[in-house]
Amino acid sequence: MTVVAARRRAPFLLVLPGFLLLAGMFVLPVGLLVATSFTDRAGALVHYERILTEPGYLRVVMRTLTLSAETAALCLVLGYPLAYQLNRAKPLARALILLCILIPFWTNLLVRSYGWIVLLNPQGVVNATLRRLGLIEGSLPLVYNTTGVLIGMTQIMLPYMVLPLAAVMSRIDPSVMNAARSLGASPAAAFVKVYVPLTLPGALGGLLLVFMISLGFFVVPAMLGGPRDILLAQLIEFNVNQTLNWPFAGSLSAVLLVSTLVLYWLGDRFLGLRKLWGAE
Amino acid sequence: MRPFGRSLLGIAAAAICVYLILPTLIVVPISFTETDFITFPPQGFSSRWYQAFFERPEWRQALTNSLVVAVATAILSGMLGTMIALGLPKLPPRASRLLAVFFLLPMIVPTIITAVALYAPFAKIGMIATIPGLVLAHTILALPFVVINVAALVQKLDWRIVDAARSLGASPAVAFRKVTLPVLAPGIAAGAIFAFLTSFDEVVVALFISGSGATTLPVQMWSGIRFEISPIVAAASCLLLLGSSLLLALFSLVKRT
Repeated sequence: MTVVAARRRAPFLLVLPGFLLLAGMFVLPVGLLVATSFTDRAGALVHYERILTEPGYLRVVMRTLTLSAETAALCLVLGYPLAYQLNRAKPLARALILLCILIPFWTNLLVRSYGWIVLLNPQGVVNATLRRLGLIEGSLPLVYNTTGVLIGMTQIMLPYMVLPLAAVMSRIDPSVMNAARSLGASPAAAFVKVYVPLTLPGALGGLLLVFMISLGFFVVPAMLGGPRDILLAQLIEFNVNQTLNWPFAGSLSAVLLVSTLVLYWLGDRFLGLRKLWGAE
Repeated sequence: MRPFGRSLLGIAAAAICVYLILPTLIVVPISFTETDFITFPPQGFSSRWYQAFFERPEWRQALTNSLVVAVATAILSGMLGTMIALGLPKLPPRASRLLAVFFLLPMIVPTIITAVALYAPFAKIGMIATIPGLVLAHTILALPFVVINVAALVQKLDWRIVDAARSLGASPAVAFRKVTLPVLAPGIAAGAIFAFLTSFDEVVVALFISGSGATTLPVQMWSGIRFEISPIVAAASCLLLLGSSLLLALFSLVKRT
């Protein structure tokens, strides 16, 4: 082999082992899972018809969409002021805020879910404190229902919103705001008309990222949700482990997979999602 | 902004910080309780649940399994990911662009789908409930993080130094070891730390394929939380919190260099 040929071939050889691993042990199995959903004798699309026509399944899909949208919205409401403060804060406060964001981000999901159970259960910290203060008599249903999932999901997704937002905010030139003020805009007007539009890409990217990841979330809904209001990922798990209905699990997986990939493509195309995700 | 607005924003930010950190820190006082149940405020002070964690065979075995799988995953995905990051930019532009997305796929596809999809083929080749099976599955999940971290440094790598080393008589292997590798080392280390944590914390895929033969710590915790709310889970949580905080510190050190 000549040196030139070897040089041309080297990059392919470097990529090959990883490529074979992903192609054979990841892409192919996922493809096969999706393929099983079309193999029913009653017709290729029966399982998809079931999702759309049986009210129980449709409710799961709608609940998943609603909860993911609510999580994304809550993350924006909480993430915006936090990102703003992160950018303005003095070094010490900044470091504290960053720790509050990064330590949970790096901590096992189960630890955080467990922490929420400890806090929110009927005998938990929050209810006990409220009872001691005389604010309630019984206990508030804060966990093992959609409220619990929403509280936990928002906390877990918040870093995905704050970090892109803070990155966008840190790139805003302070003189732009000063210019708006000196041209006669009130602080509120300058904020709404100049600052907010400049942070829009970060906000939209954060919303999309949180929504997309929430759609397929399994651990937090399984830990903090109730047995009656399960989400899409839990329905997939149920069909694999309990009813052993692989074709139906395949069709649900296909719906989730296509939604996720389309959202990712949109985000990557229009919002530079890969950068926001910290992929760069 | 006026002082009033400013302090209001400060209070809001502080409250959000409490919301973020509280469920993580609450496990610390709980884990030192003397009682058999979780109570708040915790009663007494004892390390009995930590003792239980290290003495009970099922928890010890789970911790050992998790450590073995995570270290193996970090090594395997570290090597494969570094090779990919080195090869990608030298491929033809179209292939390079397509493959860059291809190698991110395990990060984008919801883990529940990966877990369900891997079950059947893993069962067919007898990889269910085995350590190698878990390592392989976790390597797939961790690969994107290594590629991302190493690719960031490959981009900055000045190939002229590598060529200079080669033209001065270094063999490709020596040039790689003495020139390329030192430049990429922080990225490889950061990627490997990420890969370790991805594997060590991973629960969904492990729930499906670890079976009873290779139970990992997260799987053990999963059943601990669902079936017995004993404070032993709090002790395990506390140790995990300590571990991930140390890794975070290590990661930021590596990133700074």
